[in-house]
Amino acid sequence: MPSHNGNGATAPSGFSGARRSIGSPQFSIRRMEVDALSVSYATREAVKSVSLPIRQGEVLAMIGPSGCGKTTLLRSLNRLTELTRTARVSGRILLDDVDIGLIEPTLLRRRVTMVFQQPNPFPMSVFDNIAYVLREQGSRRQRRKTLEPKVHSALDRAGLFEEVKDNLDHPALRLSGGQQQRLCIARALAAEPEVLLLDEPCSALDPQSTQVIEDLIVNLRDDVAVVIVTHNLQQAYRIADHVAFMYLGDLVEYGAATTLFGSPREKRTQEYVSGAFG
Amino acid sequence: MGAPVATPPMPPPSGGFPRKPSKGLPQSASTWHLSDRIGLTICWALGLLFCAIAVAIVAYLFVQGIKYLRPEMLFTPATAGFSQGQTGGFSDAFFGTLIVATMGIAIALPVGVGVAVWLVEYGRPAALARVTESTIEAIAGIPSIVLALFGTVIFSSAALGFLSRTSEGVVFGRSFFGASAMLSLVALPLVVASTREGLSAIPQHVREASYAVGKTKIATTRRILLPAARPQVATGAMLGLGRIIGDTAIIVVLLGATQNFAPVEGAAFPFNYLRGAGTTLTNFVYEASPTGNLNQPEKAYAAAFVLLLMVLALNAAVDVVHRRARKVGTWSS
Repeated sequence: MPSHNGNGATAPSGFSGARRSIGSPQFSIRRMEVDALSVSYATREAVKSVSLPIRQGEVLAMIGPSGCGKTTLLRSLNRLTELTRTARVSGRILLDDVDIGLIEPTLLRRRVTMVFQQPNPFPMSVFDNIAYVLREQGSRRQRRKTLEPKVHSALDRAGLFEEVKDNLDHPALRLSGGQQQRLCIARALAAEPEVLLLDEPCSALDPQSTQVIEDLIVNLRDDVAVVIVTHNLQQAYRIADHVAFMYLGDLVEYGAATTLFGSPREKRTQEYVSGAFG
Repeated sequence: MGAPVATPPMPPPSGGFPRKPSKGLPQSASTWHLSDRIGLTICWALGLLFCAIAVAIVAYLFVQGIKYLRPEMLFTPATAGFSQGQTGGFSDAFFGTLIVATMGIAIALPVGVGVAVWLVEYGRPAALARVTESTIEAIAGIPSIVLALFGTVIFSSAALGFLSRTSEGVVFGRSFFGASAMLSLVALPLVVASTREGLSAIPQHVREASYAVGKTKIATTRRILLPAARPQVATGAMLGLGRIIGDTAIIVVLLGATQNFAPVEGAAFPFNYLRGAGTTLTNFVYEASPTGNLNQPEKAYAAAFVLLLMVLALNAAVDVVHRRARKVGTWSS
């Protein structure tokens, strides 16, 4: 069951069963700023002039029905959209007040790392999965000894170290699904990013592994700004400080999770969170 | 509503189809239509027939090979003589096979993997990629004797004289260099096809996961994609090697109709051998068989047995590579 930390506010109307497992933020620092971002694929506009802040010390959840543009928005934050040839991006995204368009993509993606929907460890050992991130492009020079402390600490931050410390040389693809996904989080943390993007990280996992990862996300928010895309409204309610509701490419509503789920301003938000459509 | 509607007979349960033919006809087959049962029997019979043919070839060559093969044959060159006892062994053919296999795959593997990576990971410009694909398919379909003739033209040209024997301005054209180069074309399509298959099987999100921690496309290819595709690359290389050591036409035309190494005088080792003519096991088997010039069938069997052992070893190696790959696991889709 979710760990409660005092402020387990009762679930708002039309939103039963979920309990907040996140307390109010201790602090919040603005790390990224999305400013009038539009993304279109060929003729279809996936994200329409979206603006919102991303802060360290908080978890931001993006919710909305399939195809509403939330994943596209997430992928724009580390310029992964550029891998899609037909994608056209306009507007600005700032990382610590610098336009990310001016940052070398490989550098940007070490500062804004990402975890995917499907657990995707690399086909190598647990240790090497993390070491791969720490090494220079393609090089395998650095000694294991020099990398060891950083590998251990990354695994530790992802809450995986105790489980795998005796099996660091085992193939990562032999771990369980939940462990694989935490390894992917460890991998994303190993680069010491400022922002961590999670694209439906629990959708392929069982409830127990989901629980472990949710607790982990809540614990990470003070070290990195966390943005999570989720289909699961309960999950968003449990772990997010702020929630952005997107529909058909528009940012319909952005606000504190309790407000957005409790008393949404917009009619469409109200309908979505109460389950009228999905 | 009059007479009750007849219930159609239940279709044969699809889940009962035999997965392992060795376990005998499944129970459910007794409920199948006659035509289905006849079809199944024919498939069974054909499967058994092919197994029987394969077993017969291997068993016959094993028996003949063990009867006639003497270890010293692998280390004694062929010599002229009147009886099979006087003509020595086929060491030059044996080492010739090893040389063309090594050189051929040394060319085909890097080129094939490079082409496959380009086709799967880049594929731009698209028109050029399409042309390359069809070209490789075309090469795969060309009979090796045609490649051999083409090779003769190429390697007899004055510009490539340094790759073979040259005397008084005439380029001989037959050499290990020339034969290996053309043999690499025989192996290339297999390496490309297998590597492409391996790369295409890697989910797109795995590539993105590597980019998403700031890796370049080249680093991703070298450190993630190629290691992940290693079993298929190895399979392609093994199949290619099998084709190289099994080819006869290119050897006869481009390596020479001799049964010994014919090193080029005055060239430094190992280039004197590689520029010279030579032979391989396939060529030796051909010549030693009753239709060939040597007509010493016992040694043909011995050499064929060695060839068969090489091919079986390659097949076993493919198995080992795949078994290891299964241990590493793969992504759930």
